[in-house]
Parts: sequence; C-alpha cells; structure tokens
Amino acid sequence: MKKSLALLSAAALTLGALSGCGGTQSGTADDPGAADKGVVNVYNWGVYIDESVLEDFTAETGIKVVYDTFESNEAMYGVLKNEGASYDVVIPSDYMISRMIEEDMLEPLNFDNIPNFEDVDPALKNPDYDPENLYSVPYMWGLLGVIYNTTMVDETPTSWDIMFDEDYAGQILMFNNSRDAIGIALKELGYSYNTTDENQIKEAIDLLIEQKPLVQSYVMDDIFEKMQSGSAAIGAYYYGDFLTMQEVNPDLAFCLPEEGTNLYVDAMCIPKNAENKENAEAFINYMCSTQAGLKNCEEIWYSTPLLSVREELDPEVSGDPYAYPDESILAQCESFKNLPADTLALYDSEWTRLMLASN
Amino acid sequence: MKNKWLAAPYVVWMALFVVAPLILVVIFAFTDKAGGITLDNFSNMATYIPAFQHSFVLAIAATVICILIGYPLAYFLSRESLMVRKVAMMLIMLPMWMNFLLRTYAWMSILDDNGLINQFLANIGFFNLINSIFGTNLQYIHMINTQGAIVLGMVYNFLPFMVLPIFSVIDKIDHRVIEAAQDLGANGTMVFRKVIFPLSLPGVLSGVTMVFIPSVSTFALSRLLGGGKTLLLGDLIEMQFLGNAYNPHLGSAIALVMMVIVLVMMAIMNRFGEGEEGVAVL
Repeated sequence: MKKSLALLSAAALTLGALSGCGGTQSGTADDPGAADKGVVNVYNWGVYIDESVLEDFTAETGIKVVYDTFESNEAMYGVLKNEGASYDVVIPSDYMISRMIEEDMLEPLNFDNIPNFEDVDPALKNPDYDPENLYSVPYMWGLLGVIYNTTMVDETPTSWDIMFDEDYAGQILMFNNSRDAIGIALKELGYSYNTTDENQIKEAIDLLIEQKPLVQSYVMDDIFEKMQSGSAAIGAYYYGDFLTMQEVNPDLAFCLPEEGTNLYVDAMCIPKNAENKENAEAFINYMCSTQAGLKNCEEIWYSTPLLSVREELDPEVSGDPYAYPDESILAQCESFKNLPADTLALYDSEWTRLMLASN
Repeated sequence: MKNKWLAAPYVVWMALFVVAPLILVVIFAFTDKAGGITLDNFSNMATYIPAFQHSFVLAIAATVICILIGYPLAYFLSRESLMVRKVAMMLIMLPMWMNFLLRTYAWMSILDDNGLINQFLANIGFFNLINSIFGTNLQYIHMINTQGAIVLGMVYNFLPFMVLPIFSVIDKIDHRVIEAAQDLGANGTMVFRKVIFPLSLPGVLSGVTMVFIPSVSTFALSRLLGGGKTLLLGDLIEMQFLGNAYNPHLGSAIALVMMVIVLVMMAIMNRFGEGEEGVAVL
C-alpha cells in the first residue's frame, strides 16, 4: 500500500517536472518577438571576458545572458556530451572545434546574422580547424610561452628546458591538462604537437614523469594566483594572461621558447540543437563589434582577431611582437590539430600513467 | 498508520536521486560506448591500483587522526557544564557554515611557502634561530602540495562528523552505570576502559563512517592542497566525466568498485558494533 503510493507520487513528480520543463522551453521559442527577448546561454573559458560587455549586450538587444565558464576544452566537451547541459554559444579552441565538427556537435552559423564577421582578420578566416568557415567565428588568439619571475630565475630562459631544470625543483608549475602538458614535452623533445607516433607520445610522458618531482603543482587558472604572489618561479601559460599577471607582479617576464610553441585560436560556435540560435548569433555578432572587442581586449589582453579593434588599440599594444607576432615568430609556431580517436585514447591512458606516478 | 504517509516525499526523493543514479552507475559500468554489455571497464582496473592505494591510505590516516583528536574532545566536552557545551558545539559547527571550497582555499594561503604560517615563523625570528643553531639555510617550512596537506584538509573538513556522534553517544550514557562501576571499586581508568569506552563505540563507528567515506571519495582536495600530484579516486572519477578522458563508463566502473570496497569495509566494521544502535550503514 505504502509502496504503491510512493511509486505513484514518484511518477507524478517526474511527469510534473518534465512537463514543467517543456512548458518553459516552448514559451521562449514561441514568442521571440515579445518584450522579453529571451536568453542566450554562453559557455566560455574562465577569466576570458570583460563582464560589463554582457550587460552592454543585454542593454542593446534585450536578450538576457546566462554566463558560465569552463577550465579546459576537455571539461567543456564532457559537459556538452552529457546531454543535460545546454548552451547556445560555446568558445572552444581550434583543435576541439575540429573534433566537435567531426562528431557533428556544432550547428552551421547563419552569417547573415553576423555582419561583423567582415571585420575579422582574413588570415584567421577559413582556418584549418574549420576549412570552409561554416561553424566558427574567432574570439581571441595568442601564443603560449614560459612565464618566469625575474627575482627567482637568474638566467634569461630561451627554451622549454627551463621547465625541466632541476635547479628550480618545487618552483615549476605545469599544465593540469593532457594536451597542453604533453605538448610542452613533445616540443622539448623536438617533435610535433600533432604526432600520432605512439613512441614519441610515450617518450613525452616519460619525460613528464621525470619532471614530476620538480613540479610544484599542476594548474590551470590557479596559475594566476601562484605566479602573481611569487609562490612559484616558472610556469607555462598564454601571453595575454601573462600581461594580466604582470600588471599585478611587475617582476614577471615572458619567453617564447626557441623550439617553437603553440599558436591557438578560440572561436565562438553554436552547439547542435541550441535552443536560442538567433540570440546566439546576435551575441556572436555583438562580440565582434569594435566596442565589445576593444573592451574585452583591454581586459584580458589576448590578441584580437578584429581589425578595427587593433587600429583602436594603444600602438604600444598593437605593436607588441608577442601579441601580434610577425612572420618570423609565426613560422616557429604550430597549432593543435584534432587527433585520431586511438591517439586520444593513448593520451588518456598515458596521462593517467603520469598522474599515478609517484612524486 | 496515516502518519507513515508523511515519509512519501522522502521516499520519492530517494528513488529519484539516490536509487535511480545508483542504477545508472551500474548500467554504465557494465556497458561500453556503443551500448553493448562488457566487462572491459573492470578488466583494466589494475592500472588504477595506485589511485585506490593513495585514497585509502590517506583516508585511513585522516580517520585515525580524527579519532585521536575528536574522541578526547567529545569525552571531556560531555563532562562540561551546559553553557560550555553549547559554546563548544557552536564553535565546532561554525566552520561548516562556510563552503567547503572556501575553507580549503583559506588553507592554501595558510600553508603556502610564503603563507601565513611561514610568514609568522619568519617574523618571530624562528628561522633565524634555527639557522644560527644548526647552521642551516631554512627560509620556510614546505607544507603545501604534499600528501600531509591533503590529510590535513580531510581532517579539518570532516572532524565535526567525528566529534558530534561520539559526543552525543557519550552524553547519553546513563550516569548510574558509571556510579555503579565506581561503587564496585573501579578507579577512573577502569571506568573508562570497561564502561565508558565500550558504550561509546557506536558513536566512534558512526564517526568513522562519516569521516572515512567522504575522505576516501573526496576530490578537489588533492588538486588544491596536494598540487594535483597525488591522483585520488575522486579526481580519477572526475577525470572520466569532466577531464581529458571523457569515459563515463570507466568512471562508473571505478565508482562502483570503490563503493563495493567501502561497503565491505563498513560491513566488517559493523561486526564489531553488532547489536548497537546508530551504526546502521548497511
């Protein structure tokens, strides 16, 4: 008797919850022209926007922004794969975009709704990760390099070697993310980021295992705090973030390793079956406006893909050789490409091997 | 009879958010990405033995430390006046009003090489004293990013769960039993050993359960206090869902194995407290 009641109320509750959801969904979809322009659900990297831009966007369009952040491409991918979470705009990096295109996770964009795309640097259009430029609009780009504290490091590093230098045991911060960490080891060994050679990848992990006792901690955005406060001497991160850290701690310096480094582009995409596609396109368009681009750029200091923004920037910034590198620097850079499934599986098992290795 | 119906909301809650997810974990653990039934998720489990070892060793260490700190505290507290007990309870609960992550972040800045403890020791001239005596060149004591720091995080976060059950059990011990023992000639130590301690065991057992289980499955602690250098089960499982790997099937299998091991351990423990109330884990 009691049991059947419990079951019944369970069923009733589930039904209620489900129909409730359905109701709200159709509600926004049915009347987009009403005073309430609905919402756009945005999923971006942490510390990667001037948040006042979101308010400006709402003020201009009446579309409410629900803003969430992620820490790594892989975490974002996991969340999107778990069908529960639904976002209208996501901002992954190049290699992850090509993986998502391959797995049919992205919706083609309607560029009629994104006229500001014209302002994007032609060099960044039709990139390798989205050859026909159907799915993505560049948000920011930049270079990876070594950030070091000049009061704690006596030499002037020129190479990835410094990340593996025993003199700095306990002072080194390493990426807590397989693609970036293995990438650094591959470059140190003189290999390509995009190698699928099993032995090269294993060799890279062996090197990282050797490095593990020297590593203070494996970090993502917690690197800001640790480098700014001087708790660590050396870490690898993005040039834009270096500029942010240097504002707080002027002792920090940046090195572009001579073995070559990562050039990445983070671009705005719309996931398959996004509920508010038109709002998403309006959002992407707004982010490509000079006004929003400039605000973001001056907040996070990454390199902008927008030509008009580059013109407006302080010449000291737009002339910065690391922010807007010339051909000679670009020639040393390599972008991440999407790896085949068996290489990705090898990355996972090898990364676990590193994580499980003793200190 | 009618009153039992009041439990219906909770039964529904359990069915939806405890039983259903458990069933999903089992289903995921025995299937592969294509949806076929497989045991592969378990056959590779040997790779992850170090993560199991780390987790269980650190969780056991944290539990033992919690008993060593928590038991005497609970014991002496139970003999204090009502006022003292109320204030002490309040102080024990107070940190729990703050979010777990925030408390852990606070520990990061306390334990850091340039953190509060090291700054304090440097300011009172402790390092200078040590260096002048031993001729060393000590600048700081390294505490953060070690396994010790992870255990500290577990102890700090879960200690109240040890103190509270032990306290409530000791507090309820009938004073006439203790008086009877004293009347029969038992001295203080004997009363404790023969009467109070055995009667408080149910509290200890539920304390152990409530500290050990969250410790063994904790995540983020290793990342925040251990520098991400010691992979614990919680982190390993998280990695399968939100990390590079994205393999919820393997993640579920690891979670299932962990649950089974914990259940077996708890079943063995409960043998000791058989017939006592308040330990019903199984």
